[in-house]
Amino acid sequence: MMHHWLPFWPRNAALSASVIDTINIGEFALVLLILCFVYGMMLVFCVKYRRGSAVPRHETGQKSWVWEIGWTSGTLAAFLVLFVLGAKAYLFLYKPPSRPDLELYVVGKQWMWKVQHPGGQREIDAVHIPVGRLVKIILASQDVIHSFYIPAFRLKHDVVPGQFETFWFEADRTGTYSLECSEFCGVQHAHMIGSVIVMSVADYARWLANQGATESLAQQGFALARRYGCTGCHSASSTVHAPSFDGLYGSVVHLADGRTMAADERYIRDCILIPSTQRVAGYPPVMPSFEGQLSEDDLVRMLAYIKSLSEGRSP
Amino acid sequence: MSATTAGLPARHPESQSESYLGDEHSLGSWLFTRDHKRIAILFFASITFFFFIGGAAAALIRLHLVNPYGTLLQPEVYNRMFTMHGIVMVWFFLIPSIPATLGNFLIPLMIGARDLAFPRLNLFSWYLFTLSGFIALYFIFIGGDDTGWTFYEPYSSNFANGHVIAAAVAVFINGFSTIATALNFVVTTHKLRAPGMTWFRLPLFVWAIYATSIVMLLATPVLAMTLALVGIERLWGVGIFNPALGGDPILFQHMFWFYSHPAVYIMVLPAMGVVSELVACFARRPVFGYRGMCYALISIAVIGFFVWGHHMFTAGISLTSAVVFSLMSFIVAVPSAIKVFNWTATLHNARISFDAPMLYALGFVGLFTIGGLTGLVLATLSADIHLQDTYFVVAHFHFIMVGGTVSAYFGGLHYWWSKITGRHYPEMWGRYAAILMFVGFNLTFFPQFILGYLGMPRRYYTYAPDLQTWNVLSSAGASILAAAYLLPLGYLTWSLFFGKRARANPWGATGLEWRTSSPPPAHNFPHTPTVTERPYRYDPRDGSFTTQDGAHFAEPAGLGLGLGAADV
Repeated sequence: MMHHWLPFWPRNAALSASVIDTINIGEFALVLLILCFVYGMMLVFCVKYRRGSAVPRHETGQKSWVWEIGWTSGTLAAFLVLFVLGAKAYLFLYKPPSRPDLELYVVGKQWMWKVQHPGGQREIDAVHIPVGRLVKIILASQDVIHSFYIPAFRLKHDVVPGQFETFWFEADRTGTYSLECSEFCGVQHAHMIGSVIVMSVADYARWLANQGATESLAQQGFALARRYGCTGCHSASSTVHAPSFDGLYGSVVHLADGRTMAADERYIRDCILIPSTQRVAGYPPVMPSFEGQLSEDDLVRMLAYIKSLSEGRSP
Repeated sequence: MSATTAGLPARHPESQSESYLGDEHSLGSWLFTRDHKRIAILFFASITFFFFIGGAAAALIRLHLVNPYGTLLQPEVYNRMFTMHGIVMVWFFLIPSIPATLGNFLIPLMIGARDLAFPRLNLFSWYLFTLSGFIALYFIFIGGDDTGWTFYEPYSSNFANGHVIAAAVAVFINGFSTIATALNFVVTTHKLRAPGMTWFRLPLFVWAIYATSIVMLLATPVLAMTLALVGIERLWGVGIFNPALGGDPILFQHMFWFYSHPAVYIMVLPAMGVVSELVACFARRPVFGYRGMCYALISIAVIGFFVWGHHMFTAGISLTSAVVFSLMSFIVAVPSAIKVFNWTATLHNARISFDAPMLYALGFVGLFTIGGLTGLVLATLSADIHLQDTYFVVAHFHFIMVGGTVSAYFGGLHYWWSKITGRHYPEMWGRYAAILMFVGFNLTFFPQFILGYLGMPRRYYTYAPDLQTWNVLSSAGASILAAAYLLPLGYLTWSLFFGKRARANPWGATGLEWRTSSPPPAHNFPHTPTVTERPYRYDPRDGSFTTQDGAHFAEPAGLGLGLGAADV
């Protein structure tokens, strides 16, 4: 888990780790500087002005506001710099990427991580990814809140039941790194761990091919969409008046209540489960809710299918 | 009043025979007392009991984590242990610690009042606390629960197997005790100040308790609502927070942290008040920037209400709100920084003696500074992505709450011990314990920063074997810390019976609480004092001082030498 020669620094295997570490090292240096200043002053004063020392003291009671305004504005300025640096990096790291190279679907459940690759490959408590590729992760939870945490990437994101969360990373070093759940989720929370295996692009392709997957995630989703009757209304050729799946993902949707929304993962999820809350303008409210009928795994497949119908688009 | 040669005011003739401790001895005289000083003692006994229960849980946790494979406790037991540790320490020790004991005892004395505004409400508050305490003990006895002190949804709704409802009821009732005490302090500070005790003549301890009480009054009801909703959802399946029932788990986090972040300030503001009193007295000079300290306390209390979202940076809240909450978190750190600088500046041009209370106060400043600076790291959005829910956070808030608040609590306890009990604690033992606490604390919690940066999540009962060294160091520190906490239990108890008797003002301090005998009579002052001076009128040139009611004295001889020896 730790760096091979620094026992207090973790390994670094991703772009995000470099971004976060750079800011942290600067911040730790500043913290250390302030700490040395405060401790140094305390020590000097405690020795110099100890009761037994003969150093002359003067009467107190002079105005102190110059000093106070000085260190108030000084600290405020330093804090604002830290704030801006941190916020910029956060926005960069937490904004969903526009063109990911690869999308993985992760479902957290007590107490395992289930990972699905677009080609239909599945794995438990392990995530195989290619190095140097922008990987987008779509997170879902089947039960309680979990948190998907890769210390070597310095990244985590909570996995909240009832919604899709997305984030991304780009590993820059091959190897095996630990994956942890960092939000308390029950008795075996400490065992909800796994590994992230960063492989060369060729190795990753070979690995995918050896998984024996026959049906891609989108194909599985298509089968589900037919089974639940979705395609009856939502396909382009349908005669029923319903929004088409084609080109939906990544488009901007106008709702009946006047709002406009980006058709992202969350939007599509909510349309399936709670359609009454976001009816598309110009369509009758006939869509039934599928709440309780689809597992998180099924939702992920359905989502992959709908997304496959607007290839190359992103919200 | 005139100065005596010893620099100490003589005992008032009327107070010779009576003290609040000696008036009556029956159990009923304690259980039905309306005297704020006796109620403070009742609270003191209660929270000391809970401190050792919470401490025992912590000891088991640290013992368990010596081994990376965690063989001492079953996972179910481990999870219940840290939940119990959190619930007991937060609501049954830290939140009442300084306000309900030292605050209760000292607020009327410091402002020159006979009692709090509502003595019966004060007693009722202790009964509420006791009731909630019994429910908490019942909850522990029947097996506890495993939600963590944060009761996160939807885990606490229908996944947790423990006694969530019992825990929630205990905390719910406990909250009413907090509210009653806070209300009492606010009204007392407004209405019962002695003639001449203007707002800017109030000791900083009173300001701190006042600011704390405002936060308690505004925040605690939200906790009560949140826990009530958790109970309703768990008992009757009404969907509020659980998405399976149509609820929103993030809403729970917003409501919980709207209380629980201000609760951090409830825990630390009183400590800041205590430390200001201690530093001024033992540095023999006025607090540097008194008004700035008042404004800082109030700004922390107010801004502290707008930073709760920084507990949720990784929970999927909108990027905009994350940025706003990060900015507010940096801003709330500014007044804390001002306070640290002002305490440090108070040591300049001073005449410092290192009695046990001062050692605790210096320990507070040092540890609080580390806690505050690592708080800045966590407020930095990018850093929080890595550090949220790791041991870095655990270390950070223990530096604030244990390194900070508990140090100040012990400092205050030693400082006012002679006032409360009429006896001196043994000075050398006090210093040993203070130093041991500082060393043990750092050894326990500093390695946890490193564990956190290495990526060890909180609430793990097992961990990767290569993290064992840091965990063993931490556990070793915890054993020193445990010894340091047991020491005062021993020598303070000893001093109740064998300690040297104390005079009215052994430290030579300026507050009104020192202008009555030790221990004070039931009605505090023979005559209501009239305040003519600002607080902390110490003169660093010769250590002399002017009390708030305008009497000037020379420095007492015992300072820095161990009072028990000099003050015979």
